[in-house]
Amino acid sequence: MIDNEFLKEAVTARFDKGILGIEESYGTLDFIVDKSLVIELITWLKNHETIKVNFLTSLCGVHFPDQLGRELSVVYHLHSLVNNLRFRIHVFLPKENPEIPTLCHLYAAANWMERETFEFYGIIFWGHPDLRIILNVEDMDYHPLLKQYPLVDATRTDKDDKYFGR
Amino acid sequence: MPPEQTKMINISDDNFEKKHIINGVVQSGDELKQYNYLNLGPTHPATHGIFQNILKMDGEIIVDAQPTIGYIHRAFEKLAENRPFFQITTITDRLNYCSAPINNIGWHLTMEKLLGIETPKRVDYLRVIVMELARIADHIICNSVVAVDTGALTGFLYVFQWREKIYDVYEEICGARLTTNMGRIGGFERDFSKSAFDKIDVIVKELPKALQEFEKLVIRNRIFMDRTINVGGISGERALEYGFTGPNLRAAGVDYDVRVMNPYCSYQDFDFTIPVGSNGDTYDRFCVRQEEMWQSLSIIKQAVKNLPEGKHHADVPEFYLPPKDDVYNSMEGLIWHFKIVMGEINVPKGQVYHSVEGGNGELGFYLVSDGGRQPYRLHMRRPCFIYYQAYPEMIKGAMLSDAILTMSSMNVIAGELDA
Repeated sequence: MIDNEFLKEAVTARFDKGILGIEESYGTLDFIVDKSLVIELITWLKNHETIKVNFLTSLCGVHFPDQLGRELSVVYHLHSLVNNLRFRIHVFLPKENPEIPTLCHLYAAANWMERETFEFYGIIFWGHPDLRIILNVEDMDYHPLLKQYPLVDATRTDKDDKYFGR
Repeated sequence: MPPEQTKMINISDDNFEKKHIINGVVQSGDELKQYNYLNLGPTHPATHGIFQNILKMDGEIIVDAQPTIGYIHRAFEKLAENRPFFQITTITDRLNYCSAPINNIGWHLTMEKLLGIETPKRVDYLRVIVMELARIADHIICNSVVAVDTGALTGFLYVFQWREKIYDVYEEICGARLTTNMGRIGGFERDFSKSAFDKIDVIVKELPKALQEFEKLVIRNRIFMDRTINVGGISGERALEYGFTGPNLRAAGVDYDVRVMNPYCSYQDFDFTIPVGSNGDTYDRFCVRQEEMWQSLSIIKQAVKNLPEGKHHADVPEFYLPPKDDVYNSMEGLIWHFKIVMGEINVPKGQVYHSVEGGNGELGFYLVSDGGRQPYRLHMRRPCFIYYQAYPEMIKGAMLSDAILTMSSMNVIAGELDA
């Protein structure tokens, strides 16, 4: 059995460049890595003899419009079932040309998750076998989960936020 | 997708021999084969939901399948970014609507993890009772429908009334039956009534008889076994690659269960076993679900027997609605009530992932909070969205009737698939 400390040391010992930050929240490690490193890191973690990250729990995007140059992020939730250790890998991408290599060759599960992330945020996954919109109509030409698209009708006047201290 | 144009070969054609030889290379004949394309769905009665599969058929054998999903996509993740936290519970109902309380409680647990709320033991036990009842209801639907798809309608009609009785218990607890919106952040709206416990008692006492009869009807039935054994199988390694969780993964021989791996809601207090299969085929999935129902019954028994005394909610005035008496008679109560209902309460910054063992796999919530009054981002890990990708691979080389059976035994729920 290994814990967060072991994982942190193993990763920092193997990769000195490209790891931009390591945080811990609610007992889960967050690795913030450069996009050039992400596939190498996950491949190494998957094939590591003790860490053995054999399960991709989920993959999703997040949009931070205020962070200039790193507006979009891709979050990988990985799980080592052998050690029962969960952790996350975050990759930040610029708003222009958000591109990142695919994970499909490592985990077959990544296929639809990447399609969904592409659909919601417009992040291009290089090398993906079939990067098409999955949930919405095929000819949708925008990415609905980006923060610039409000959900509430902008013409609505009956709910004024200033009365509620927002 | 337009069907690929294939040239008709006229057997009596004198040039038939020549057409097999292209650029001097003898073709294997596969290129000359004519395939049929069959639209299975979107609204085919045997798919139990809105699923479309374009099947490439060689006679009766499936060569390839292309699933189309999203017919009931309702943008839950976008909706969730625009709602106060307590209103997201209603969204989770509509994910796997066959076991809505598990989704509700999974969401409450995520919020409690973010806020650092410790719930009393009684809340945990009550939640365990409801979640296991929901698991039984979910598996009853799935397994009886598998039996229907093999032609055994009797079992379905027989065990389905027990699902209704479980829904009666939900009704006692929260007033709703299908989309339950059960509980609150911190616990339950009210303690379980005596009549709820009576109804649970009836289920615990009499469901085993119904289950036994159902098993007697199908589990060693020659027709059922011939239809399900070695149909739609997947190996343990492939299942892990495809992100399988829940009974589907355990049927393939991997003993991963969130209740044991990362116990929540005091699951560590209970004594139960995790059934695993070996082939990962339809029969194993059926048997694993069947055994899980027995285990769930045993958990419910233990929880009812050892139910601790105490409060049915944690003390979190910021998130748990005060009793109406306080709201009408005290300033404090009225203020909290107003603030909660209007969603005017800030939460800590941070990101949290919490998962529960849902009816068909690991249901996870990844919540990014910026300290505001709505989630900054809420990603839901919907188990069947992830494992349904393996469907084309699982039905390759099978017959059409096997494809129907494989789908129903995978427990793919349209609401969860499309979010």
